[in-house]
Amino acid sequence: MNSDSLTYDTEALTVTREGDALRLRLRGPWTLHGSCRPHLGAVRAELAAGGPLPRIMRFDVSAVTDYDSALISFLLNCHDLCVATKTQFDFESLPPGPRQLLSLATAVPHAEDVRPNEARQNPLAQLGTLAEELGRDALEILQFCGDCTVAVGRMLLGRARFRWSDVWLEIQHCGADALPIISLLAFLMGLILAYVGAVTLRPYGGLIFIANLVGLAMVREMGVMMTGVIMSGRTGASFAAQLGTMKVSEEISALRALGLSPIEYLVLPRMIALFVMFPLLTIYANFIGMFGGAMVAMTMGLSYAQFTHQLTGAVDLTNFSVGLIKSFFFGLIVAATGCLRGMQCGNSSAAVGIATTRAVVTGITCLVVADAVFAVIFNTLQM
Amino acid sequence: MSDLADSPPAHIAVRNLTMAYGDFVVMRDLTFDIQRGEIFIIMGGSGCGKSTLLRHLIGLQAPATGKVYYDGVDFTDSDDGQRSDMLRKFGVMFQGGALWSSLTLEENVAFPLEEFTDLSAEDIKETVALKLALVGLRGFENFYPSEISGGMNKRASLARAMALDPEILFFDEPSAGLDPVSARRLDELILELRDSLGTTVVVVTHELASIFAIADRALYLDVATRTMGGLGDPKDLRGQTENENLRLFLNRGMAGLQLPTDPATGAPFAAPHARRAP
Repeated sequence: MNSDSLTYDTEALTVTREGDALRLRLRGPWTLHGSCRPHLGAVRAELAAGGPLPRIMRFDVSAVTDYDSALISFLLNCHDLCVATKTQFDFESLPPGPRQLLSLATAVPHAEDVRPNEARQNPLAQLGTLAEELGRDALEILQFCGDCTVAVGRMLLGRARFRWSDVWLEIQHCGADALPIISLLAFLMGLILAYVGAVTLRPYGGLIFIANLVGLAMVREMGVMMTGVIMSGRTGASFAAQLGTMKVSEEISALRALGLSPIEYLVLPRMIALFVMFPLLTIYANFIGMFGGAMVAMTMGLSYAQFTHQLTGAVDLTNFSVGLIKSFFFGLIVAATGCLRGMQCGNSSAAVGIATTRAVVTGITCLVVADAVFAVIFNTLQM
Repeated sequence: MSDLADSPPAHIAVRNLTMAYGDFVVMRDLTFDIQRGEIFIIMGGSGCGKSTLLRHLIGLQAPATGKVYYDGVDFTDSDDGQRSDMLRKFGVMFQGGALWSSLTLEENVAFPLEEFTDLSAEDIKETVALKLALVGLRGFENFYPSEISGGMNKRASLARAMALDPEILFFDEPSAGLDPVSARRLDELILELRDSLGTTVVVVTHELASIFAIADRALYLDVATRTMGGLGDPKDLRGQTENENLRLFLNRGMAGLQLPTDPATGAPFAAPHARRAP
């Protein structure tokens, strides 16, 4: 193997030993689009074949017809190999073009990879890092809640600085503009509930109780929950994206540099808007859902009058207020999580995407947790 | 305030300022004064902490240690009321313009006036027209920031920074992204503002042309030593400094920098030729 004869031959690369020199003969087109691009295997194999290491690596490129970065990156790999094996790299055997590019590429020595390698951390350290992050996040959430509370307090005292025109604009965006999607989904939700109810109730001849099922489910749970999920995905995400983008483009810094509070200027109007609009949307969703249930009931032989009569008997103000009370809190939750994740946003466009995702995930999680807490509370209060 | 020996105090005084992100120290022990009516440049290589220093000066970031004083009054530990009074005397032009994207140019410039003055709507409109005229943007009142070019965004941002006739104007990379002619016009505008209104101007930049054109004094942040690498008139600093990095910076790397050379001939490289058969 380590004789002086020809040892490796591919179409484009021939590696030979000539005394203490390793000679690489390159042939044909060496381009990124070429079909055949030999790699370092042949050279490495020759070096690893045993015997004394070559002293110098020479190149013969007289037969290369065309070249681009493919050739240079091959040469750079050869150069790295030479450095690793302390072999001399014969620059002078290269034509001026590749030689210049290669010298440029090797002029600045490799920087050590200074980024801490997270994969190398042991599980315990990872757990610690995770706990630290969670702790920091919890502190930020607490700080944000505190800031918001102070802002609301200042608003009640009439000392908060923000623009009512922003509030009206947000009310339009999160309220009126959401009506079509709320209508569609609430209608379908009522329809689905009615069909599910029919499966159970029909064998007992109790189809009329579909009205009870649809009515109670809509006003107590599904109306407010559907609205919450839609608002979280629609408005919460949009809040996070807006504030995140404003942070990236330093618009929030510009506010703070004027001595104005971003919480009052940006978060407060959005919270007010959702606090007002969320209950209204919930009431609207409740009625549309019950209407959807009525449609299904009518296809099953019940009359509209029968349905509404049964419905008004089943759904009293207590049931209705269960959903309504929740809706005020849900509005605040969606607005706060959206704004929080937006304000926490990092300084890149990727961070805006992450902030938006986190806003929706946090928003829906908080909604479900809050709903569970309310379920226990209302059960205790026997509402 | 015992560490402020000057009398009368400098317009801006920075004492032993250390800036850090968590455990990572960006710059340490910065101590310098900026006099009233001075055009002061903060310069340095990319990523050395120029913009971070600016954010410290305007209170967007809190120092790890050290203090910033304005007219001898402690800014770093000021209470909310004091601080917002001081902030009102600043005008800041951010790197990307940072105009509020939901407001038109007119509304952007009018915003500080509406918030902090008792001017009538009529007066505000006139003032806004003047400020926009000063930066050559008359007639663009009703455009949104997304509808105009990046250079116009920056100029409008300057109009907003000037809205309250600030005592100090801060510029973060004012000429970045501007063509040479606009950049020069901006330099001239900065000089005129200082000469006519006596505004103190603090500019973060690495544009040599701007530095030599407008600077009274310049502060060089040395990324290698993580502290001040030089302070003075850039024209003097260029020749006589002992700091190698600073001299390279001010001479565009031409004084003694080892450019990669051709190992065969020892000559520096020309631009590599595009695809060529050897």
